[in-house]
Amino acid sequence: MTNQKQDKNMGALGPYRVLDLTDEKGFLCGRLMADLGAEVIKIEPPGGDPGRSLPPFYKDDPHPEKSLYYLAYNASKKSITLDIETTDGQDIFKKLVKTADFVIESYRPGHMDNLGLGYEDLSRINPRVVVTSISPFGQTGPYRNFHSFDLLCSAMSGHMFITGDPDRAPLHISLPQAYLLGSAEALMATMAAHYYRRKTGLGQHADVAIRDAMIKTTVNTVPMWEYKNEITKRGGVFWTLRGEKQRVLWPCKDGAVSFGMHGGGFGAKTNRELVKWMDSEGMASDFLKTIDWENLDMETATPELYNELSDAILRFFQTHTKKELAREALDRGVMLSPVQTVADISESTQLEARDFWDEVEHWDLNVRIRYPGAFIQITETPCLKTTRAPHIGEHNEDIYIRELKMTSEELAILSGARVI
Amino acid sequence: MSKQALEGVKVADFTWVAAGPLTTNYLAQCGATVVKIESITKPDGIRTFPPNKDNQAGPNRSLLFSMENANKLSMTLNLKHPKGLELVKRLVAWADIVAENYRPGTMERWGLGYEDLKKINPSIIMFSSSAQGQTGPDAGMGATGITLQSLSGFTHLTGWPDRDPAPPWGAYTDLTAPAFGAAALMAALDYRDRTGKGQYLDLSQYEAGLHYLSPAILDYHVNGRVAGRTGNAQPYAAPHGVYRCSGEERWCCIAVFNEKEWTAFRQIMGEPGWAKEERFSTFLKRKKNEAELNALVETWTSRHSPEDVMAMLQEKGISAGVVKNAQDIYEDPQLKEREFFKKLDHPEIGPLSHRSVGFKLSRTPCGPIRPGPCLGEHTEQVCREFLGMSDEEFVDLITDGVFE
Repeated sequence: MTNQKQDKNMGALGPYRVLDLTDEKGFLCGRLMADLGAEVIKIEPPGGDPGRSLPPFYKDDPHPEKSLYYLAYNASKKSITLDIETTDGQDIFKKLVKTADFVIESYRPGHMDNLGLGYEDLSRINPRVVVTSISPFGQTGPYRNFHSFDLLCSAMSGHMFITGDPDRAPLHISLPQAYLLGSAEALMATMAAHYYRRKTGLGQHADVAIRDAMIKTTVNTVPMWEYKNEITKRGGVFWTLRGEKQRVLWPCKDGAVSFGMHGGGFGAKTNRELVKWMDSEGMASDFLKTIDWENLDMETATPELYNELSDAILRFFQTHTKKELAREALDRGVMLSPVQTVADISESTQLEARDFWDEVEHWDLNVRIRYPGAFIQITETPCLKTTRAPHIGEHNEDIYIRELKMTSEELAILSGARVI
Repeated sequence: MSKQALEGVKVADFTWVAAGPLTTNYLAQCGATVVKIESITKPDGIRTFPPNKDNQAGPNRSLLFSMENANKLSMTLNLKHPKGLELVKRLVAWADIVAENYRPGTMERWGLGYEDLKKINPSIIMFSSSAQGQTGPDAGMGATGITLQSLSGFTHLTGWPDRDPAPPWGAYTDLTAPAFGAAALMAALDYRDRTGKGQYLDLSQYEAGLHYLSPAILDYHVNGRVAGRTGNAQPYAAPHGVYRCSGEERWCCIAVFNEKEWTAFRQIMGEPGWAKEERFSTFLKRKKNEAELNALVETWTSRHSPEDVMAMLQEKGISAGVVKNAQDIYEDPQLKEREFFKKLDHPEIGPLSHRSVGFKLSRTPCGPIRPGPCLGEHTEQVCREFLGMSDEEFVDLITDGVFE
């Protein structure tokens, strides 16, 4: 297929089809594949995917076509309904697998095998197919059948133990993240298998463990244990990421900003610029001005030295608003960011300038909704513009009648029998 | 060892610190040949990130560096030397992919922007990862994961409703972007193989991060609601959270989603009197009185180890787990069974466990095979094997200080 003509942008994955059987554990994987141009067909059980009941809702109306969670992560897909637990459903699914390039699923490990739709079964129908299974702990091992929820994957990854105030329980991010990180990992796994298939013609089974994908968020804590027998603990706004305890969040006039006081070459420039800035407002002591930042090692700095530095910076930040600090930091090359809410983010001139947002028409709700747009900018094959998530079974006729040549009678019978 | 998925993919890797090297880490763990390019005078800052061997920083002593850069090859080059730049161009001609995450504009200043690279290798795929993208008024803003996770909204969304945020530990956006970038690179490679066309990929870690907050962004635009901190509570389950267990700093997590699970949970707790009180009799009431409910659940969990809570509840089909600390992760039976950590012998550090990607591929093994490279360890190999350099030329370049 070299030098294939592709005049209109179809995205980098334009020629490929994905059958998406996932629940919220894997929604984002198919969404990103659709952004890259793949035709992603979400297969929902008759009546609709259970993920359609996830809050928040459009105008707080808990209707299956109005879950903003579902809409966000199933945008740009197509939808058919099919009960793959029935033999009729399995037959139809197998027909679809014949021409599919990818199948992604997030059932409990073993469920697809029990239905006769495991990787071995599907590869007999289509040896090229790449099947990606997303589960909390993977398809093998003693935890494979664990009952799970998003926070549990986060808890068992080690990230929660180190996040939060020391006097209260460990914390997850209030908007659950583990399934999203697992979906991103699944995307990479799927694409690696795809590359190998292009070279060899052979599909394979990708086994993604959500918890394992999240372990990398613990950065250096496992080697800290393995090598130094130290267990990293929660410190609230004080972290021990780089040796000594350091403040990472600094209150300012109207909120807070993030700023890491790194030593050595990594932090020298930003620290020096910050002191110049403080000095321009008469807030840098002589002590601060004489520090040799290049040779200041935060790991070995005494607590007295650290406190003197941080007290001065704290006093300075408190004389400004987060917007003032962010603007000036940009001009001066200081690595600092305001703590932004989704409202702040929506006003970002940077995102506006890059034309990040996609305004998506929802004719059914008579509204245009703003979605995060391209997850990466690509010159030749840009991510496709986001389109509305499909209604339940919106593409049933396209797929069943026009493609699989089912008659409308058959479709009606199978709908009545709740297969479709 | 069987063939790996990305065998034959060639990457010239100029990335440093975290978000960039973690992107190419996926490629290296799946079998791509990744040549990490640094200079001896200014090596990757992570080479001294703690923990370091014997607590002494040095270019080949950071355990974290080794984990992030497993399987990669290291070449040193002095880009300020004209012959150094010449060598980079030969690497670009060799490579399928050039990856970098310097501040926007840096590669162009070196004469290594995409337009320059294209002249050397028309089908090259160039990948730039940066805090906020290559364009726009804030493109020049330097950032670390610590600052960027606040810009991207994660800090504001982590903590207790009655308190200021407690930022997600680490450098969260350094971990959200890499899989996106690596997967997009694979898609670009597929496109190139089909059409012969390379292209340029511009990843903004800020923009990629916002995909992890999409529902809250939609909620703001549609309903005007500004998402805030909710501790560990979620609207669809009660109890749902983290509970103190017996022992110092031991915690478990539990979620009870429905009536059946609530009944089973009560039985496991031994039907305590409080659990039958009117104020906890329905889901709505449990949700309304969640604070009291959580405190009472904790009176039970605090008498058990988190491992026992997990075992008792899992057996009855209720979601419960251990809030694992670093030692728990290191000793985790599931990770052991799946060989998530691979112990590799690092020439200076000694034996060290390297974490694997979060997936297994049935035909093509992936994971760490070699520890992160020592600085300049493969300079000679890259010059001779990949660039076909003669002995004379190699020695001349050494004499000229091109590899410094």
